[in-house]
Amino acid sequence: MSVLVYINSNAGKLSKSAFEAVTYGKMIGDVTVVTNGSTGDDILSSLGAYGAQKVLVDRSFDGTDAQQLTRLIGAAAEATGAATIVFSNDLVGKAVAPRLSVRLSAGLVSGAIGAPDADGKIKVNVFSGKAFGHVKVNTTKRIISLLPNSFQPEEVGGSASIEAFDGNVGAPGLVVKATKQPEGGVPLPEAELVVSAGRGLKGPENWGMVEDLANELGAATACSRPVADIGWRPHHEHVGQTGVAIRPNLYIAAGISGAIQHLAGVNGSKVIVVINTDAEAPFFKAADYGIVGDAFEVLPRLTEAVKKFKSAN
Amino acid sequence: MKILVCISKAPDTTSKIAFTEGNTKFSEDGVQYIVNPYDEWYALVRGLELKESLGGTVTIVTVGTAADEPTIRKALAIGADEAVRIDAEAKDAFQVATEIANYAKGQGFDLILTGKETINYNGSQVAGMIAEHLDLPLVSLASKLDVNGVTATCDKEIVGGLETVEVQLPAVISCAKGMAEQRIPNMRGIMAARTKPLNVVAASASELNTEFVAYDLPAPKSAVKLIDPENMDALVELLHNEAKVI
Ligand SMILES: Cc1cc2nc3c(=O)[nH]c(=O)nc-3n(C[C@H](O)[C@H](O)[C@H](O)COP(=O)(O)OP(=O)(O)OC[C@H]3O[C@@H](n4cnc5c(N)ncnc54)[C@H](O)[C@@H]3O)c2cc1C
Ligand SMILES: Nc1ncnc2c1ncn2[C@@H]1O[C@H](COP(=O)(O)O)[C@@H](O)[C@H]1O
Repeated sequence: MSVLVYINSNAGKLSKSAFEAVTYGKMIGDVTVVTNGSTGDDILSSLGAYGAQKVLVDRSFDGTDAQQLTRLIGAAAEATGAATIVFSNDLVGKAVAPRLSVRLSAGLVSGAIGAPDADGKIKVNVFSGKAFGHVKVNTTKRIISLLPNSFQPEEVGGSASIEAFDGNVGAPGLVVKATKQPEGGVPLPEAELVVSAGRGLKGPENWGMVEDLANELGAATACSRPVADIGWRPHHEHVGQTGVAIRPNLYIAAGISGAIQHLAGVNGSKVIVVINTDAEAPFFKAADYGIVGDAFEVLPRLTEAVKKFKSAN
Repeated sequence: MKILVCISKAPDTTSKIAFTEGNTKFSEDGVQYIVNPYDEWYALVRGLELKESLGGTVTIVTVGTAADEPTIRKALAIGADEAVRIDAEAKDAFQVATEIANYAKGQGFDLILTGKETINYNGSQVAGMIAEHLDLPLVSLASKLDVNGVTATCDKEIVGGLETVEVQLPAVISCAKGMAEQRIPNMRGIMAARTKPLNVVAASASELNTEFVAYDLPAPKSAVKLIDPENMDALVELLHNEAKVI
């Protein structure tokens, strides 16, 4: 079966979610990748190691305009006869996959966390991660958009051929006026390790110890909603039901009570560590490891312990 | 400025999530419905602010049954001028988007606003599907929206950063945090909402591309392992050797 995987290569390098998507496609069939922009052939051909056989690249445009990408991926789907199209459910996938779904009359499953089962049903997160749903697709073509960090990329060896492809993409729908570049650090939705803090930290001036631990671990930082609402931390750090939903390997929460709306955004984390002075804090029920103690003492101590561990290993 | 805001209902964020009929149906037992927070706090309020500064109307549209009317009235109480209910049980984003696109076609809306996602199915699909149906540009997950004449300027999130984009109207915009501040309806709004028009229109019987056929709940977490707050070396050791995450 022919599978088409869209990959965003606009940063000039490939992200982990690109390898996740190819690995997922490989579970279903023969993978052709489609992408655009000026990323070098050498970088694109590294997708072969994850099982891509061919990479179709449209070098006529850069960027991630949803209307242009919809035309490109639609044309590539037609050219390859792919019945399954795979996206990463990141910010680009969220804009493009729904459009493509209408264009191709293909049912869209967004936020997939499982491969299609024997009857083609696909597992997704619903109710902000409080439950799972199993979705059946009624159309002959289908689009699957993967929740980041749900599949481990798997190297299978191999190489991919690169072919120029003209998607006849026309004009963009949006004109980009300005871009505020990522401020270093690890982007939260893709982070494997996250250090997060809440109102228990008392004020923005105390975030140094959160950042120290995050830097030591190579982790991203996050926060609870009230902390973003009062302006102690930027809005994009707010995790939970009404913020970003994340599923890192490790989530460390200091001074966060663990309200149901907060848990909804983080309960997909593989391992949760909770630091709270109150032994009755609801977060401990969702935690794997708990420390009943003062974040002001525990966080610096944990940073030291990580430092010691890193120099010993 | 003629603005259409797409409103959906969602279970209150504290609702207990459970399923019935052999785990094939969401259990509405004791569930309170609210207006989906992204639709109410951001899309609707920003729509009202634009109307207040530029003039025009705000129409809200819901694909739903009579059971959705209390949440529709709540959105009217916040200030929308009129409501439209497309009479069908919403089952799939494609169905919802097709109904809304069919309704909106030819009505001359300058802006079609949606929330970022519904907090029950979290698909983030409807806005893009409406945009493609109507062949309009889409600003996905905008955190800021300003209108000047025939263009809209938006901030939207990109991985780790922000992009400012300009788009020709009419356009579809899905609204995320930052766009506006939540408004609490006052008594006057609630009274006025009772007499505002709520027009029910027939559905155009669009098909379902996808169906939720079963649900399940995550396995319960095993009990937390407590670590001595004095001994963070022990935690690091467990994270490395037992949990294997560092
Ligand atoms: C519709 C709706 C949507 C919501 N969406 C979200 C969401 O997406 N994300 C979200 O986070 N919240 C959300 N909330 C808010 C949520 O209900 C909680 O109010 C919020 O998560 C609490 O934040 P917090 O844990 O930082 O603060 P608090 O509840 O004030 O908890 C602070 C915690 O810190 C502990 N503490 C105090 N001092 C120390 C110390 N020195 N060391 C260690 N621990 C200490 C306390 O014991 C307490 O447990 C939502 C609410 C609603 C109604
Ligand atoms: N039944 C519905 N009626 C009207 N608008 C809806 C409906 N369902 C979803 N929407 C809109 O589409 C947005 C995204 O929904 P979703 O694609 O389901 O995550 C919501 O925030 C609403 O603005």
